[in-house]
Amino acid sequence: MNRNVLRLTANRGAIGAAYVLTILALIPLALVLAYTIAKGLPAVTHPEFFTNVERPVGIPGSGIAHAIVGTLMLVGIASLGAIPVGVLGGIFLAEYGTGRMADWIRLASDVLIGTPSIAIGLFAYALLVAPFHHFSGLAGSAALAVLMLPIVMRTTESAVRLIPGGLRESGLALGLPRWRVSLQLILPAAAPGVITGGLLSVARASGETAPLLFTSFGNPFLSFDPAQPLEALPHIVYKFALLPYPSLQEQAWGAALVLVVMVLMINLASRYVLRRQIRLAGQL
Amino acid sequence: MATATDTTLAVPRKPSPTPPDRFRLLTAVVSLAAPAALVLIVLVLFQQAWPAVTHYGLRFLVGTNWNPVTEEFGALPGIFGTVSTSLIALAVALPVGVAAALVLAEQGQAAIRGLIGTGIELLAAIPSVVYGIWALYVLGPWAFDHLETPISDRLGFIGWLSSPSPRSLFTASLVLAVMILPTLTAVSRDVIRAVPRGLKENAVALGATWWETTWRVILPSARSGIIGATILALGRALGETIAVTMIIGNNYQIPPSIFSPAYTLASVIANEFTEATGVLYPAALIELALVLILVTLTLNVVALLLVRSTAARAVV
Repeated sequence: MNRNVLRLTANRGAIGAAYVLTILALIPLALVLAYTIAKGLPAVTHPEFFTNVERPVGIPGSGIAHAIVGTLMLVGIASLGAIPVGVLGGIFLAEYGTGRMADWIRLASDVLIGTPSIAIGLFAYALLVAPFHHFSGLAGSAALAVLMLPIVMRTTESAVRLIPGGLRESGLALGLPRWRVSLQLILPAAAPGVITGGLLSVARASGETAPLLFTSFGNPFLSFDPAQPLEALPHIVYKFALLPYPSLQEQAWGAALVLVVMVLMINLASRYVLRRQIRLAGQL
Repeated sequence: MATATDTTLAVPRKPSPTPPDRFRLLTAVVSLAAPAALVLIVLVLFQQAWPAVTHYGLRFLVGTNWNPVTEEFGALPGIFGTVSTSLIALAVALPVGVAAALVLAEQGQAAIRGLIGTGIELLAAIPSVVYGIWALYVLGPWAFDHLETPISDRLGFIGWLSSPSPRSLFTASLVLAVMILPTLTAVSRDVIRAVPRGLKENAVALGATWWETTWRVILPSARSGIIGATILALGRALGETIAVTMIIGNNYQIPPSIFSPAYTLASVIANEFTEATGVLYPAALIELALVLILVTLTLNVVALLLVRSTAARAVV
């Protein structure tokens, strides 16, 4: 009897501990969001924060318009490269991916997801900056594209796998060639899942600083030329946060808030799209 | 009859009467971009680091100086900083991550579990630089006042718990722990879910409590997967750059205390590469990246194979 009391007490203690630790895991999220909002709000409440570029310390009206434009360009160009390649690669893994080669590709892309992003930055530097003797937005986009590619590939694969075989078979039974079945039947049906993957990779790339340090480098002026250095939101946070000027630190928090809002919105949107996909796949 | 249109067989029979599937070929070639990028990254870094590799040899890995003026470069303090921050982070995050994974892997109350799961996944979505600024202005000063100072006041006679500082190896480890938590939790949850239901039901049928089932049946059965998750998280921690660079204090030394400023491989590269001139200096920095990437690659491959071998059992 006594032993059972002990067992049950241990059980209750363990359950309690598991829940306490789980809640503990969520505290940092709450704290990071709370502080970013509280410290970022003073900066973002000035409209010129979004319309002006950065100004020297002490001159009011400094803004981050150049960083927003830069991030959109860097991530946009990276998406143009990474998303089509990733989607086609993902289709291969889902539709033909039964052999050893596909297994190796899967392993390689999972390893690539875990590769330190600073190493990817150095890689892009060696190939796209050093030979041309100047930093460029394109080199930054290339580094981000390498980062995005495996994410798009693996999420496309799982989205295409969710589509039931019946759809594929009916297309083939009508005499459609494989490529039309894959691109015109399966891919539209899997679109929400594929979009999710694209959005997640965009969110990840928007927040990366390390691959940009030696590629797009940063630029205090508004620039629309991807062949020249470009500023980026995460880079401006990094740059200003470490400087000993309260006005710049406030700007850094403001930029961090803009970045967090952007990344979390993209993430939540991708979640919503994915949920629709799972419901849709159930109806097929 | 099995022909090329048979979808259940992805590989057509050898003597194929239909023309080769060009779409398959195209997508296969495109999908090779991922392994190609991986191989290229390693090769390019090797080639760029070559001057330093040949000039310093193995001395590079054990040297403790980092002096661009005399071109003396040794990676040991960087390696020490990278490995020790990652291990401390893992020690902090592992119990929390596995506990959260156990809670999330349970059945029932899907709404609450979904909410917790979403929260932990959003933790992964927050950019590294935001953790960095938060660590710099909030976590670091807090840990200095409430953890480092009290501990070193009482235990400071132990050398490696003395001389607290808000930017230190320890505060860097704390922010890393937060950053690897989502990886740890998500992967552990998946391998715990993959433990065959029958095993758990047997234990419950024998009268085992939740804790006994978890401790004696589920965790041992998911062990290699959880080890895999741990190594994956370790790989993330080793390669993390920006947040660590902002909080570790950037002092190239093997710190006397975990509360002292230190440096990591990735942080040295982030801080110095754009200013590195000459031949040996940039090559030495790239060799740091090479050391880092070879370690993380190896860890990732081992981890992924472990996770797969555990997760594969779910089918059985």
